Amino acid sequence: MPRHKLIASESDVSVEVEDEGKDNEFSIYYVEVEENFEGGKEKQATRDGKRRRVRNSEVGRRASEKRTNEAGNKRAEKKHDKRHKTARKEGEKHGRKQRRKNADADEAEEESGKEKKNIKNERTKTLKLEDEKEKDVKKKRKKHVKNEEDNAKPEKTKHKDCHDMPLKEKKKKRKKPETISESESKSEPESQSDSDSESKDNPAVGVLGSLTPEELEKLKEAVDERKKLIATLRGKPWPMRKKLVVLRESQEFVEKYEGALGKGKGRKLYAYKVMMMKKWMKFQRDFENFKTACIPWEMKIKEIESHFGSSVASYFIFLRWMYGINMILFGLTFGLVMVPEALMGKPYGSLPRKTVPRGEEASAMNFAVLWDFGGYAKYSVLFYGYYNSQRAIGWLKFRMPLSYFLVGVGTVAYSYMVVIRTMARNANEEGGGDDTSFNFSWKTFTSWDYLIGNPETADNKFASITTSFKETIVEEQESRKDDNIHLTRFLRVLANFLVLCCLAGSGYLIYFVVRRSQKFALEGLEKYGWWERNEVNMVMSLLGMFCPMLFDVISTLENYHPRIALQWQLGRIFALFLGNLYTFIIALMDAIQLKRAEEEIVKKNMTIWQANLYNGTMPDNSTAPPFTAHPADVPRGPCWETMVGQEFVRLIISDTMTTYITLLIGDFFRAVLVRFLNNCWCWDLEFGFPSYSEFDVSGNVLGLIFNQGMIWMGAFYAPCLPALNLLRLHVSMYLQCWAVMCCNVPQERVFKASGSNNFYMAMLLVILFLSTLPAIYTIVTIPPSFDCGPFSGKNRMFDVIQETLETDFPAWFGKVFSYASNPGLVLPFLLLLVLAIYYLQSTSKTYKRVNMELKKKLQTQNEENKKKNKLAALKAANELEQQRSNSASDLGVNEESSSLDEAGHHRQAGHNGRFIHPSQHTQNSGPPVTSTHTTTRTPASRGHTSSGHLPGHPHQPQKNSHSKRR
Amino acid sequence: MGNKQTIFTDEQLDAYQDCTFFTRKEILRLHGRYHELAPHLVPMDYTNDPDVKIPLALIVNMPELKENPFRNRIVESFSEDGLGNLSFNDFVDMFSVLSEMAPRELKAIYAFKIYDFNVDNYICKEDLEQTLNRLTKEELTPEEVVLVCEKAIEEADLDGDSKLSFADFENMISRAPDFLSTFHIRI
Repeated sequence: MPRHKLIASESDVSVEVEDEGKDNEFSIYYVEVEENFEGGKEKQATRDGKRRRVRNSEVGRRASEKRTNEAGNKRAEKKHDKRHKTARKEGEKHGRKQRRKNADADEAEEESGKEKKNIKNERTKTLKLEDEKEKDVKKKRKKHVKNEEDNAKPEKTKHKDCHDMPLKEKKKKRKKPETISESESKSEPESQSDSDSESKDNPAVGVLGSLTPEELEKLKEAVDERKKLIATLRGKPWPMRKKLVVLRESQEFVEKYEGALGKGKGRKLYAYKVMMMKKWMKFQRDFENFKTACIPWEMKIKEIESHFGSSVASYFIFLRWMYGINMILFGLTFGLVMVPEALMGKPYGSLPRKTVPRGEEASAMNFAVLWDFGGYAKYSVLFYGYYNSQRAIGWLKFRMPLSYFLVGVGTVAYSYMVVIRTMARNANEEGGGDDTSFNFSWKTFTSWDYLIGNPETADNKFASITTSFKETIVEEQESRKDDNIHLTRFLRVLANFLVLCCLAGSGYLIYFVVRRSQKFALEGLEKYGWWERNEVNMVMSLLGMFCPMLFDVISTLENYHPRIALQWQLGRIFALFLGNLYTFIIALMDAIQLKRAEEEIVKKNMTIWQANLYNGTMPDNSTAPPFTAHPADVPRGPCWETMVGQEFVRLIISDTMTTYITLLIGDFFRAVLVRFLNNCWCWDLEFGFPSYSEFDVSGNVLGLIFNQGMIWMGAFYAPCLPALNLLRLHVSMYLQCWAVMCCNVPQERVFKASGSNNFYMAMLLVILFLSTLPAIYTIVTIPPSFDCGPFSGKNRMFDVIQETLETDFPAWFGKVFSYASNPGLVLPFLLLLVLAIYYLQSTSKTYKRVNMELKKKLQTQNEENKKKNKLAALKAANELEQQRSNSASDLGVNEESSSLDEAGHHRQAGHNGRFIHPSQHTQNSGPPVTSTHTTTRTPASRGHTSSGHLPGHPHQPQKNSHSKRR
Repeated sequence: MGNKQTIFTDEQLDAYQDCTFFTRKEILRLHGRYHELAPHLVPMDYTNDPDVKIPLALIVNMPELKENPFRNRIVESFSEDGLGNLSFNDFVDMFSVLSEMAPRELKAIYAFKIYDFNVDNYICKEDLEQTLNRLTKEELTPEEVVLVCEKAIEEADLDGDSKLSFADFENMISRAPDFLSTFHIRI
């Protein structure tokens, strides 16, 4: 510790204060000090000449800043004590060696600090006297502090007073200050180990002196240490009062010495850096505050948590998280695509792609059409087809096609980033995993959900904990009951077969329906009713609704443990949704091919039409094409992109509707029926068949995930999708919160699908990947429509990048890019990436292995310890028995002692173990010897005396135990 | 409450933010809750650090703690005097440790304190029995309780003293998958 030196340095500063001619109280005081140590001071003064001004101002500022309050008072008193002690220690230590030389000067200095009047009178006193005096001084100082006039002064005097010794040593005996200071710092290990006292010491201790580079280094270290302490304070298991005190002192310390740290030319820069850092921290905190203030629905979620426990709440937290992501996606598409096009692009009606065709005009405003996102909705910014391929729009020269493309890519990239980052963070927080070795203790210590605040839920929880304990006990007792394993196997196979049938059936149904709808579409939808138009979506939603129920019924055949059954169930629903989605996409691909064929025909017709128009209107003039046909009359291609976007939007809408309707019927009306029909029904509805519904966490989460997958898939072709989704999530947040609070009952048995949300996150990632796949496929392989969308006229959509590079960037950039993108460079780069991945993976594997080995080692060591302890205990018990029997035979009380021994046997084993902490074991090679010693002594001190304290509240528990036991 | 009336000075709020896992708003909300518990005892103005303590009986009735079978132990573990009287500092401390942001190690330390009913710095059989009885509302038979206690100690006890020291407890709890999500109270 640099304590010693820091002390010296403070006197320096104060001396400098005086030097500068500031006439405040302590300048007078330091004059006297100076008188005593002129010789030593001079050197320092010259050496530190440069630094003076800064520190000087520091001191002055500090003095003005310091405001005393009660706490400060107390602290000051404590400091006095500490300081006093250390000073005395020092005094005793060094005094013996250098009493002759130092004593007078010491005292004089001290006196000068306290009572200016009798400075020079008492020079001849010895150390004992000095001690006494210090007490006096202390009392006076207390008064000083209570005066609260000027805190800086008493503090200064304090420093002076307790550290004058080392200071003087330093000055007078320049030859061996190093060793002394070292020995001194070693002499106070207790105070250092106790971080509390340390922190109390340091601010005052750190009192400056001649700042050699190494001292500076040490000071810097101390400051850094303090900063670290401040940063980690919230994780310390101390009571708040202590934390506050430590915090205040550390802050004072840092503030005090940070300014002294820079040196020479770097000082200003350093000070600037420190200042900026402070500002930055402040800003960060404010931002953090702002962020938490912005988190919505905190209270709603809390209420749900307290009613339904953490698992139901986890769905709502997930929903909120999704909402956040969609907010960002929406911001991207809305701000960079929709708004610019709406504001700066050509207005509605200026181009064929921006106009409702003549044939549809009559019905374009009908609600049914709009509800289907046809008519005016179709020819608006909501869909791909509306956007113009003009390179730059408006006075901003906004690159619309480029922006459209980049936003599409950015959406996906951002989603990947967020999901993966969240997964990584969750993985960090996860515990050890599914170690089954702590079955009972985990059940005991972690099964209560501290979030529960509702009596009904609490009752359910009590019941479920009890049953789970009973189950585990039964399992433990008869470890495996294999009753008719063949039957269960057969049933499981059967169940899986049935599920597969279901999946295949649903897939075929969707394919069939989509094909049929294409037929309808070709023939014109006007002839058909509502059902035919919405068949695909309705079938998909209905399948999504009823198949899980079917799976649930089937899974009862299997007779799995509920947790495993839940996982199967989730996997099956996942497969169902995925299958449905992909059949849908395949059918959509077919539709795209059809549309493209249609487009070819239209293209041909178009040229004919143009030629006709041309010839018809201006037969003679062939130079200027007037082209005056109204945009609504211009024939146009089918624009497959808009069709895809429309399909997705419809899908989302119908999905949302079914979710809400199921919610209303399945939960609300059921609850209403059960509640009000119960009075006039022949059996108890509330506890009988229908009863109230439980909240289906996993199903809801899966629904959310798939919904998000559809958004990712369709967002490129329908920029309005994120907005729609945002709306949907917002509504469902309120609706579901209401539904869950008003018509669901807490789950009777809660089995979480997984220890953490990472299971859901992994599913989300899979869905993200699977949904970007078709989107990217269509972007890369299918040429865009010739007459609609931002990429019309291009061969491929990503050509827009090439175009931008060629026209908007300087030539050399394009050249560099073309070099960089040539396969000779790209391939090695990919190879490098693969290598890096491989390397990282193998290192992580090695770490994992090392971890496992360490774990194993620890376990074997623990087992060894157990054995050793048992042996030692046995030995000790034998010894004790012998002793006892000896003494007992002496005294003649044989019977009692032997019976006592029997009883005490077990207990001693326990005591013995307590003294051998595992960590000690690794160091001590021969613990049995020591342990036997302790065991022979322990019986008297049973209980709490030798127990290891917890990190916080070091002494309190003992007190408690005393009070409790009495 | 609100910002019109100063409850804390900015320095106090900053200090609390340094010492806890809460933000400004949450600290103010905590103060509101604390004040709610005993409006006549707790002043609205905390700028001069009044020495106010709320007894256990009042705190235990908070809706957040009311149903918790370990509510008394929680409050006792966080009170400075060990009897369950919480000053505002202790109160903040308690919810800071139980907040979502608190690290596993810190939670483990306090969980140990909570489950250590007789405050001897070990979780011994009596403690386990108490824990179990509170968890199950004493619906397990005594034999079952004994069995579970023995099993739990057998699993987690590393040094073979047939009770759990903090090291044992931490080792066990650090691998528990549900610990972080359940040892958590939202305020």
